[in-house]
Amino acid sequence: MLVLTRKTNEAIQIGDDIQIKVISVDGDQVKLGISAPKDVEVHRKEIYQAIQQENNEAANVSTDLFNLIKNKE
Amino acid sequence: MQINTKYFGEIDVKEEEVIHFPQGIPGFSEEKQFVLLSFEENGLFQVLQSTNHVHPAFVVVDPFLFKQDYQFELDEPTQEQLAIKTQEDLLTLAIVTVKDPLTTSTANLQAPIIINQTKKLAKQYITKSEQYTTRETIFTQASQKEVD
Repeated sequence: MLVLTRKTNEAIQIGDDIQIKVISVDGDQVKLGISAPKDVEVHRKEIYQAIQQENNEAANVSTDLFNLIKNKE
Repeated sequence: MQINTKYFGEIDVKEEEVIHFPQGIPGFSEEKQFVLLSFEENGLFQVLQSTNHVHPAFVVVDPFLFKQDYQFELDEPTQEQLAIKTQEDLLTLAIVTVKDPLTTSTANLQAPIIINQTKKLAKQYITKSEQYTTRETIFTQASQKEVD
C-alpha cells in the first residue's frame, strides 16, 4: 500500500481524472473531497462491503428454503 | 438460448429477455447478464438468474408491495448509465435474503436493483440516503399471522 502524508487543502491525484483532497481534519475525523468521472462509483467502504456481504448471503439460499417460498405463492 | 438455472433446471430464454448489468453486482462483478424468472403469473417473488452460471440466482421482490412509501433518489449518472428517459422505463426490485422461518426473511432496500425495462440495462444502485438498510423485514406482524 502506498502511504502519503497530506495537509489540509492538499490533494492526491489518481490517474488523469481522480482527485482526493483533504478538506478538514478534526480529531480522528478526516473530511475528504473526491472528484472523479461520473462513471466511477465512490462509496463508503463499510457500506459497499455490507452490500457485497448481503448479496453473498442472498445468493446462498438453499433449494429447500426456496421451495418454501415457492409453495407460499 | 438454453441456460442452466439454480431453481428451475435447464430452461429456454429469449435473447431479448436478457438484462445487462455492465458493472456486474457487488460481490459478483463478473456476472453481467441475468434473466428475470417468475414462478407463476403474478407471483410475489421472482428470481434474478445469471445466464452464464447456475450461481448466482437471487430471489427478488417488488419493494413497493411491502413498503408502500418506499422512495429514493436515482442520481443523474445512474439515469444516464441506464439510459432512463421516463418513469415507465424503470423497474425497481429488491434482493431478498430468504431465511428460515420464512417470516424472518429480509429485503435489501438500501441497494435496490434498478432495471431499464425498455433497454434491458440494469444495476444494483446503492442509495445515498441512510433511511433503509440491507435487511428490511418483508413480512409485517399482520401478514406474519397469515403465513404462519
